[in-house]
Amino acid sequence: MPQEILLSVKDLRTDFYSSKTSFVTAIQDVSFDIYRGEILGLVGESGCGKSVTSLSIMQLLKDTPGKIANGSAVLDGVNLIGASDAVIRDIRGGKMSMIFQEPMSALNPAMRIDKQMIETICLHQDLSKEQALAHAAEMLKKVGIPDPSRILKNYPHQLSGGMSQRVMIAMALSNDPKLLIADEPTTALDVTIQAQILDLMKKLQKEANSSILLITHDLGVVAEMCTRVIVMYAGKIVEMAPVEKLFANPSHPYTQGLIASVPKLGSGVKVLPSIPGSVPDLASMPSGCRFAPRCKYATDQCRTQEPQLVEIAKDQKCRCWLTQGE
Amino acid sequence: MEKNVILSLKNVSKTFPVGKSLFGKPKKFVHAVNNVSFDVYEGETFSIVGESGCGKSTTGRLINHLLIPDSGEVWFQGKEISKISQNEMRPIRKNMQMIFQDPAGSLNPRMRVSELIEEPLLIHTNMNASEREKVVNKLLKIVGLSDKHASRYPHEFSGGQKQRIGIARALTVNPQLVIADEPISALDVSIQAQVLNLLHKLQEEYKLTYVFISHDLSVVEMISDRIAVMYLGFVVETAPKEMLYQSPKHPYTEALLSAVPIPDPTLHKERIILEGDIPSTINLPKGCPFAARCSKSKPECLEKRPDTHEVEPGHFVACHLY
Ligand SMILES: Nc1ncnc2c1ncn2[C@@H]1O[C@H](COP(=O)(O)OP(=O)(O)OP(=O)(O)O)[C@@H](O)[C@H]1O
Ligand SMILES: Nc1ncnc2c1ncn2[C@@H]1O[C@H](COP(=O)(O)OP(=O)(O)O)[C@@H](O)[C@H]1O
Ligand code: SF4
Ligand code: SF4
Ligand SMILES: [Mg+2]
Ligand SMILES: [Mg+2]
Repeated sequence: MPQEILLSVKDLRTDFYSSKTSFVTAIQDVSFDIYRGEILGLVGESGCGKSVTSLSIMQLLKDTPGKIANGSAVLDGVNLIGASDAVIRDIRGGKMSMIFQEPMSALNPAMRIDKQMIETICLHQDLSKEQALAHAAEMLKKVGIPDPSRILKNYPHQLSGGMSQRVMIAMALSNDPKLLIADEPTTALDVTIQAQILDLMKKLQKEANSSILLITHDLGVVAEMCTRVIVMYAGKIVEMAPVEKLFANPSHPYTQGLIASVPKLGSGVKVLPSIPGSVPDLASMPSGCRFAPRCKYATDQCRTQEPQLVEIAKDQKCRCWLTQGE
Repeated sequence: MEKNVILSLKNVSKTFPVGKSLFGKPKKFVHAVNNVSFDVYEGETFSIVGESGCGKSTTGRLINHLLIPDSGEVWFQGKEISKISQNEMRPIRKNMQMIFQDPAGSLNPRMRVSELIEEPLLIHTNMNASEREKVVNKLLKIVGLSDKHASRYPHEFSGGQKQRIGIARALTVNPQLVIADEPISALDVSIQAQVLNLLHKLQEEYKLTYVFISHDLSVVEMISDRIAVMYLGFVVETAPKEMLYQSPKHPYTEALLSAVPIPDPTLHKERIILEGDIPSTINLPKGCPFAARCSKSKPECLEKRPDTHEVEPGHFVACHLY
């Protein structure tokens, strides 16, 4: 079955300005597609550009010193980059919505849950207030909130972390989005609550045959949830592969190091292989391959010429000289 | 092999007042640590695991005399230390150092690395400047930094390097016991392994005893000899690592282990999905602390706190099923 592309991101680059003329480039050359009905993982360490990628796609950089310098992100035929505010308002929260690591940052602290949910629903669906309220209650039930009518009357600060995460998910899903961007949706939660939320996201995604871009630094979550995975390092995509392939046969040395350095429950090891050094600073990116200073295979070519992201096998792309000859 | 107990907690409890009534008397109490008992043996890594708010850090601070228990006893190297004065504690603290989660927040930003590392030497020894410098440089090397770094300030280091400085600082006075509270949680995945391996190496070289506090069950499995699982301020299960991971007894431990996502997409494990949230520690449940979420609970569980039983040698469980 040919897969249908829902969102196509091409050559995305975003800069952050510290003054009128000086900036650092947070992400660059970011290109990928999301298919209908898949959960695509985006992994990488803190600062590698995961959130900037999602904020750029969602057009949520307005209140930051960030600016999209290049690229396109086409959702169902509409390029989101540079689209008018009216177009974005119509899409965001409707066809495409987002959940964040910190539920409190997405919920308005001064507004009761019922009012916030009704507002979101009525913005995208032609429903009366009563109908919207009933729909809100139904959504809360779907995400496993036992007593929706009570929670609807609460303010966000009256909810526990897991509860507010569920409210945010209910809100994000209330207009049947085709694409859900979830940025570290469970990082702030405890493992038993994380298991609840992931289970729920997967179930709802299957029911609606929607797509999720799941951003996380947790390889366990990726293995559990995703069909395909993108690995980012220092602002660029370094590898992209189906999840089984990525774990069984990682081809980029960074991916290999990352997977090897995570302790695995039940593995019985006492000492882990580790990646030496640390992630480079945006303001002083190494020339050539950005991973070269930490890579045990680095050659002179690696240190001077930057490799491109190229297809190395069916469905698998890699940015490394080792996998692509001269 | 003879095992020496270096640290022992006996029925330790700690509450914190929350909110004040009109007359300045606290109305409610958070029951952060409830009736906690365990022994830690010399040279082992004893881990405390559990979800946020379950009382791990409070337990760590009770051990280190940063907090005084409401009731119960803390024995360290054969001495009851929970009721002694700060003055009496000072020489003891030399043997008991702490490493914190937030490597940035636990280092004074206005002090150079050399000053940070030698500070405990100024408090606990009479070494002169050149002796101290020798110790500092040796420690920097041990934790994988170099004497070049001695004159720099904390902000010039990455998170992993800052944590190395924190570790060096804890080791300056040759402690016997190191309490590490989530020492790698704030670090990047690729850096976590570096720091874990360093802790492992130091333990072998210096015969250190670790009390390792963490919420990450995969990390705990890797480094621990024995483990205590906490829930709502109670220790619900204590066991040697193999027993705990291969045959967990307490229903909460079972659920916790089954919730850990495993980085292997070919593995499809059955999960126990717990209902509901962790209850408040202000009004502790009358019976078993886990009863509200436990699929195996019986009427008795709501009425009576389970006592702790030794179900096999070294394996302790607080649950009415046993
Ligand atoms: N508002 C901002 N101003 C300046 N730089 C920024 C801003 N937001 C992000 N950056 C920079 O962009 C880079 C990528 O940030 P991003 O938040 O996407 O990382 P991330 O991979 O999501 O990290 P984490 O896992 O820590 O959230 C970082 O170096 C970050 O410092
Ligand atoms: N100084 C304090 N004042 C009030 N409550 C506290 C204080 N310190 C800890 N607590 C509470 O005690 C419980 C256990 O806290 P802690 O030991 O820090 O948990 P963790 O397992 O996350 O380290 C929590 O409910 C926490 O909110
Ligand atoms: S291009 Fe060279 S330095 Fe970069 S990851 Fe590949 S082998 Fe390592
Ligand atoms: S005592 Fe009862 S409620 Fe508590 S864990 Fe055991 S079976 Fe469950
Ligand atoms: Mg982020
Ligand atoms: Mg803590």
